[in-house]
Amino acid sequence: MKCDHCDKQATFHITERVGEQEHWEERHLCESCARDYLSKPSEADIQSSLASALAQHLKIGQTADELAKLDKKTCPMCGISFFEFRSHGRLGCPHDYVCFEPQLMPLIENIHGEKTHTGKRPRRYAKGLDQQTQLIRLRKEMQRAVQKEDYERASQLRDEIRELEDEA
Amino acid sequence: MIKLEELAGQCGEWLRGSGPDSDIVVSSRIRLARNLADFTFMRKCTGLDRASIERTLRERLGRIEQWDSVSFIDVNGLDEVDRQFLVERQLISRELADADGSRGVLVDANEQFSVMVNEEDHLRIQVMNSGLDLMGAWQRINQIDDLIERHVTYAFHERLGYLTACPTNVGTGMRVSVMLHMPALVLTRHLERVFRSLQRISLAVRGLYGEGSQAMGDFYQISNQITLGKSEEELIAQVSEVAQTLIEYERKARNFLVENGLKELHDRVSRAYGLLCTAQTISSEETMALLSSVRMGVNLGLIRDVEIPTVNKLFIHTQPAHLQKIRGTSLSTADRNIERAHYLQRHLGRRTHDESTENN
Repeated sequence: MKCDHCDKQATFHITERVGEQEHWEERHLCESCARDYLSKPSEADIQSSLASALAQHLKIGQTADELAKLDKKTCPMCGISFFEFRSHGRLGCPHDYVCFEPQLMPLIENIHGEKTHTGKRPRRYAKGLDQQTQLIRLRKEMQRAVQKEDYERASQLRDEIRELEDEA
Repeated sequence: MIKLEELAGQCGEWLRGSGPDSDIVVSSRIRLARNLADFTFMRKCTGLDRASIERTLRERLGRIEQWDSVSFIDVNGLDEVDRQFLVERQLISRELADADGSRGVLVDANEQFSVMVNEEDHLRIQVMNSGLDLMGAWQRINQIDDLIERHVTYAFHERLGYLTACPTNVGTGMRVSVMLHMPALVLTRHLERVFRSLQRISLAVRGLYGEGSQAMGDFYQISNQITLGKSEEELIAQVSEVAQTLIEYERKARNFLVENGLKELHDRVSRAYGLLCTAQTISSEETMALLSSVRMGVNLGLIRDVEIPTVNKLFIHTQPAHLQKIRGTSLSTADRNIERAHYLQRHLGRRTHDESTENN
């Protein structure tokens, strides 16, 4: 059998899971292409499996109209649109996990095979969505106050942030 | 403040070549992805936000008393060679080196841990131990995480765990990696079987060292793909188990080579050693390949003139940016090849220490 990438004899046969649990892809590569292939940064592989998992999931779940509508949905906190997330694979803020939850949860389950964290927990963390988004909002407002040289307001806001963090 | 020139002269703890199975496992590494609760993720950060995150973290983590030997390196202020130098040393990722805007890394004096600031997530904590020592690495990084947590509030979700910029890291935010040196499996062409055993539990495999994409010196890194739904200890156990299997395969392959062609093997590693000792100009790629043979030769007792920590160090110190830092000037590829050959000559070819200190 010939190598997928060049004319040499394929000596490496790699089977990989791509996206969906049941979907397997076979690769047949010669030694030097296999080396190149395996030396690709793994983050890129993870990225492409994320993209394909997402595409799969969206294809099944939505019509084109629904998808176009979904793409326009934006997070009120950081302003990222669903389209921006699915094009780059990076979320804009912690609140995205809440506002895109219906789309993200199947994706997360697809990637990890699970949907609940069972590991370490920080001793303190912002309790619930409100407190978390409140922190980001206050921080943004503080920045604006500094820009406007309204230092009194900025220091008020800083104290509010500290208070919230201490409560956590 | 750490001076990069001083770093260039010394060697990270993780290269000392000790610890369990260190003839095959070079290093065990764990990294944790963490984000601050009061900032948006990097993608939605303005330049001002980035600066503010960096300032906040430098100020707060500066308060950690146990960290008096920890310094902050402002990666944004470094030139390309210096950034590349930190990548070669595995203190920062290529992504952090290539990014724009405020970013940096906290490094302890022994290079046992580093904390990248403003990479894909606000914080990327990393611990590297020599040999197969994931539990040791976990204990250390868990403590470091606890210390940091006293001074900042992490973005954390009751059900989803630590929130990360990419959903592939959500939950524990943990990536566990073991770097293995498997020259005998490559030589006996048994790598395929190895990959098959990995795909079963979907671990990621990749090479590491090397200029460009080739020349990996027969190093392979395995790591977990999933981060959610399993505890840190469970994820570590999974990667450890696969590492053990690979170690076993590699040992079998080495025994096979010793039993079925000791002369050829001895010849091969001796020639590699001879070339490294006498070459006048040598590429990074060739150096990696030859060092890989020498490393196996030393571990099998076929070469007694050099020790594993020296070989480990040479893999890193013959990389382009290291050569330039050690030499103190920028060098063209051709000049680097000459400098590399000189560097190898200086460090090989004569007995450095008593051979009884051999620990493998």
